[in-house]
Amino acid sequence: MSQFDQAAKINWTLLFLGWLLVSVSTTISLFFSSVLEYEPCVLCWYQRICLFPMIFILGAGLFPVFDKSVIKYALPLSIAGGLTAFYHTLLYAGIIPESIQPCSKGVSCTEKYIELFGFVSIPMLSFFAFSTIIVLLLVLKRRTSK
Amino acid sequence: MKYVLVGSACLVLVLAFVFGSSYYKGQQAEKYGFMAQENAELFVRDHSPTRGSNDAKVFIVEFMDPACETCAAFAPFIKQIMAANPGKIKLVIRYAPFHDGADNFVKILEAARMQGRYWETLDVMFKTQGVWASHHNYQPQRLWGLLPRAGVNVEQIRKDMHDPAIAKIIEQDMADVKTLNVQKTPGYFVNGKPLQVFGYRQLQHLIQSELDAQYPK
Repeated sequence: MSQFDQAAKINWTLLFLGWLLVSVSTTISLFFSSVLEYEPCVLCWYQRICLFPMIFILGAGLFPVFDKSVIKYALPLSIAGGLTAFYHTLLYAGIIPESIQPCSKGVSCTEKYIELFGFVSIPMLSFFAFSTIIVLLLVLKRRTSK
Repeated sequence: MKYVLVGSACLVLVLAFVFGSSYYKGQQAEKYGFMAQENAELFVRDHSPTRGSNDAKVFIVEFMDPACETCAAFAPFIKQIMAANPGKIKLVIRYAPFHDGADNFVKILEAARMQGRYWETLDVMFKTQGVWASHHNYQPQRLWGLLPRAGVNVEQIRKDMHDPAIAKIIEQDMADVKTLNVQKTPGYFVNGKPLQVFGYRQLQHLIQSELDAQYPK
């Protein structure tokens, strides 16, 4: 196998891992909302808007061979999602105070649903997923811009 | 190869989702079954209006809101099932007025109950719902003119509906709504078992399975 083939294979695998992470995150997100019936708050919705389309964008970039333009299309979504998740995590942790809200039927963005191991919250999971995708895409960008 | 890899990842995720949800629903059913045994008053409070024979072994507990369209749509269906199984089913009405202002209609209904015209009033409210609560656009003033059809004294209802005892009933029901995690109306429990997938056929199936269990042929 030539060096070129080897590099293309690694690129494909990295993108595949990114796609897998996005797909797993989407499945978990849908499981929370439709099976466990955790109602998504506004910030969750913004993150979902960034997350869900990436299944198709990253997925399309895998076929028939790795396509580097996927980076250009997926980076804005993952950065927007990552920033929202970062803000949401800080809000949830109480580092940024939530301004006083009137009572409404919606869900508060600091509503606690799950906390894995006592501290891993849903916004934190989201932030982890988005930042991993951003790192993966940046690595791919470096590898392909040579 | 690539296609197989991506395809099988999709399949695994879908299967994990499906198995996860069926496992979770099984767990929930067990939990509610336990609650129904240990804590029956969560489902049927002393103040709850009931319909059907006292000897019935199948209890349909319905969390409803007189202004909810789906509740109105299900009312004839429940009636029909009860008529088809005389003496075997008891209907328990619980309130879950989620929308702002919906509790006023519960109050009107409870005030009609003081005059002994509960089911007649509920019937009139459901049948005329499109007039006074079209798509949750509440117009109580339109309901007042329709209430005499149920044979109630409207002036008396206007006075009685502010009775603190009624507010207390709603408060208790809303507390049970929270405990039982009812999020939509109508929310059904048949002998403590929640209706997990909403629909006519699913509800009929749940009721039938309880009938079969309680009244073996």
